[in-house]
Amino acid sequence: MKVLDQKTGMDRRAFLKVSMMASGALMIGVNWASAALANELDGSTWIPNLYVRIDRDGKITIVSKNPEAGQGVKTAFPMVVAECLEVDWHDVNVEQAPLDDRYGRQVVGGSRGTPDGWDDLRIAGTGALHLLTAAAAGKWGVSAAECSAASGTIVHKPSGKSAAYHTLLDIAAKLPVPDVSDLKLKSRPEDFKLLGTFVPGVDNPKIVTGQPLFGCDTRLNGMLYAVFEKCPSFGGKVRSANVEKIRKLPGVTHAFVIKGTENLNGLMPGVAIVAKSWWEANSARNQLQVDWDSSHADSTADFNARAQVLSKEQGETLRADGNVEKALDSADKVIQSSYYYPFVSHANMEPQNCTARYHESGRMELWAPSQNPKSGRSLVSGTLGIPEDRIHVNLTRIGGGFGRRLRNDFMVEAAWIAREVGRPVQLQWTREDDMRHDFYRPAAWHHFQAGIDGNGRMTAFDHHFITFGKNGETISGAGLSPDHYPAGLVQNFRLRQSVIEANVPTGPWRSPGHSAYCWAYQSFFDELALAAGRDQLEFRLDLLSRSYGKPPLNLERTSGTLRVAAEKAGWGRKLAANRGLGMAFHYDHGGFVSHVAEVVAKGSKIQVEKVWSGIDIGPVINLSGARNQVEGCVVDALSTAQLEITFADGATEQSNFSDYELLRIDQSPEIECHFIQSDFPPMGLGEPPIAPATPAIANAIFAATGTRIRELPFNRSGISV
Amino acid sequence: MSKVTLKINGESHLLDVPPDMPLLWALRDTLNLVGTKYSCGIGVCGSCIVLIDGVPTQSCVMPAAGMAGMEITTIEGLAPNGDHPLQKAWNDVDVPQCGYCQGGQILTAAALLKQNSNPSDKDIDEAMYGNLCRCGTYPRIRKAIKLAAQYAAKAGVES
Ligand code: FES
Ligand code: FES
Repeated sequence: MKVLDQKTGMDRRAFLKVSMMASGALMIGVNWASAALANELDGSTWIPNLYVRIDRDGKITIVSKNPEAGQGVKTAFPMVVAECLEVDWHDVNVEQAPLDDRYGRQVVGGSRGTPDGWDDLRIAGTGALHLLTAAAAGKWGVSAAECSAASGTIVHKPSGKSAAYHTLLDIAAKLPVPDVSDLKLKSRPEDFKLLGTFVPGVDNPKIVTGQPLFGCDTRLNGMLYAVFEKCPSFGGKVRSANVEKIRKLPGVTHAFVIKGTENLNGLMPGVAIVAKSWWEANSARNQLQVDWDSSHADSTADFNARAQVLSKEQGETLRADGNVEKALDSADKVIQSSYYYPFVSHANMEPQNCTARYHESGRMELWAPSQNPKSGRSLVSGTLGIPEDRIHVNLTRIGGGFGRRLRNDFMVEAAWIAREVGRPVQLQWTREDDMRHDFYRPAAWHHFQAGIDGNGRMTAFDHHFITFGKNGETISGAGLSPDHYPAGLVQNFRLRQSVIEANVPTGPWRSPGHSAYCWAYQSFFDELALAAGRDQLEFRLDLLSRSYGKPPLNLERTSGTLRVAAEKAGWGRKLAANRGLGMAFHYDHGGFVSHVAEVVAKGSKIQVEKVWSGIDIGPVINLSGARNQVEGCVVDALSTAQLEITFADGATEQSNFSDYELLRIDQSPEIECHFIQSDFPPMGLGEPPIAPATPAIANAIFAATGTRIRELPFNRSGISV
Repeated sequence: MSKVTLKINGESHLLDVPPDMPLLWALRDTLNLVGTKYSCGIGVCGSCIVLIDGVPTQSCVMPAAGMAGMEITTIEGLAPNGDHPLQKAWNDVDVPQCGYCQGGQILTAAALLKQNSNPSDKDIDEAMYGNLCRCGTYPRIRKAIKLAAQYAAKAGVES
């Protein structure tokens, strides 16, 4: 075995650099250069890197760096380290890291955790094992190449010697850190023992016994509770408020106006009420009177009227291939259809909250259920004028993210209130606050026109997309890539865009954009196949069989998932008249997913009985977590297809689960997952399965009832689930 | 303020709470029993469910001051070491995603299994109707309740 020779100059810093070069810019997570954490003994604990700690008594700790919002990363990431470290899973203790720049990206979002973490985690586990192996080989005077490892023990077969990891710490800690190019990283499914198996979540024991885990479970000595009232109409400012009266109410300790900023994503103006209990703070709020100064009056009715007008205009052309107009003229058939979906809310089960403690020394401590704590820290720093290195953020478990908690308005509110009050404060939003102050998934209109030739092939695709923006630019979550399929799958293609000016806050919502427009595309494909007199599967596979210019997605992998889903669902089998199968494929965030849904209709009432999923995200890390994400996405899609957020006078009209009714258990389908375990690097799965689920279900509804759903929510077409 | 003695998880607690304070907030803020979760506050989501004399009840709409003498079981008290058949099944099936709703789900399921040791899908759907799960763990909840019923039957045979 080659160990690093210090004299060659390949020191710890060099290793860091090498590891960055080998695996891209996000490799700083494995920070072997850190003085405190580079392969050394700290008391009785060996710390070979930021992810692994082994105690003399044999305790093995693996640190999970990313926030856990239900996407399963707190189990999946340590599994990767454990796999490479060759330790048994039941011997591993998992610990949540705080926000710490040495870990690099600490975000739940974009399904990027797995692909970004994959190299760092394997290097962490394999690098630590490399040192332990070298330690044992050195101790026994044998070649490291003859040693193997399993279940936390290094074995030298020829001599029959073996040593548990924790007996090797002193020697291992003195060894030079290996060169990353000497590490043989496991990468193929057949190399894995733990990866790909069904592993229950590491926090399950605490969840099922109700132990504190979530942001709102934080309890600090002397802590007070706060509510924060903002203008119902987005961006409204406080002219005056009856805070003197509020201060005298039972339990209330503080009530004050926060002037706030103009940043819809930051500290908005409002009134804070702080009390000894949350109930008292919120009860006092019932008597709060605020004179708001608000100038915005967005409404759904106005948006609709504006979209009507814009639909008659050309819009701005974002992409044009071939000659769409000519191709439409010469087509055998031209099919025209329009699709609309509304704004929707994230509706996390745990309403937004954050706990903050401000120390007189100027240090701020936060306990934040944030998907992006780093950007939260910089928001707090910028708004309160506290240097970032004086802000410590603890990552709590998150009661649902779905993109909502990429925004950190709740963090900056809690921090501001806590500094003002001078005592630890927990800010807890009500459900109503949460629904009225979300960053909604934007609505949009898609006007499609497609031409089909004598062979039933699509020859032209014209798309007028009407979305939302400010000053002509699309706002967060409202854009559409001009390179999205069917661009590249059809010779003559045009995408035109019109923008409605809006002041409502929008943002990423689970698989931003895709989770909405995939339904429009894949429903329209259904219409095209029907018009062409072709089978849905055959039409789609044919569409995926050729590209014009750069393919917009990997045609083979996409077709592969569609074939698997169709085969498992028994596509083409004979069904009762009130039953239907529907399908859709999609690709986003690195994942290829196709679904086939089966529904049964009883009048206008639909039951989605089963969904078969074909998935290619490379090797699966945790089979349980992966299936959980597919199941969750399908349920989320069916739930969201029945929901809408509307606005009047610049404010959100819905306020709670009574008028934004999430799916309940009796409507939930059975879901069967089929993973294609390809050799590609593993991808995340929090998002890819949701986009194709809505159209697969909608297409099945058409097959069962003859009702083509062209507007969401479903009930606009007289369909209820 | 109202003084009330509550019997929670077999222990008596003397509380001094605002007369209209729901049990949910008495548990969370006064007693630091944070396993019971707030989500809707209007009785429609089931996150805050506790068992009151064995009956699943939304603690967000029940004033604590009126609950003297009743047996209150929170998720912390179901089986503190986590060995209730439902808790085991919940882990083995790996039901939780974010986990926020799961305390309420488990307590509701516990009341179901008390009355019906072998529930069908339909029985489960009816009993669990009041418990929302934003993450969509419903298929696994069904599975876990059935598995827990098996665990309980097996334990019954053995003991
Ligand atoms: S919080 Fe009580 S039912 Fe929703
Ligand atoms: S597990 Fe997240 S709400 Fe149920």
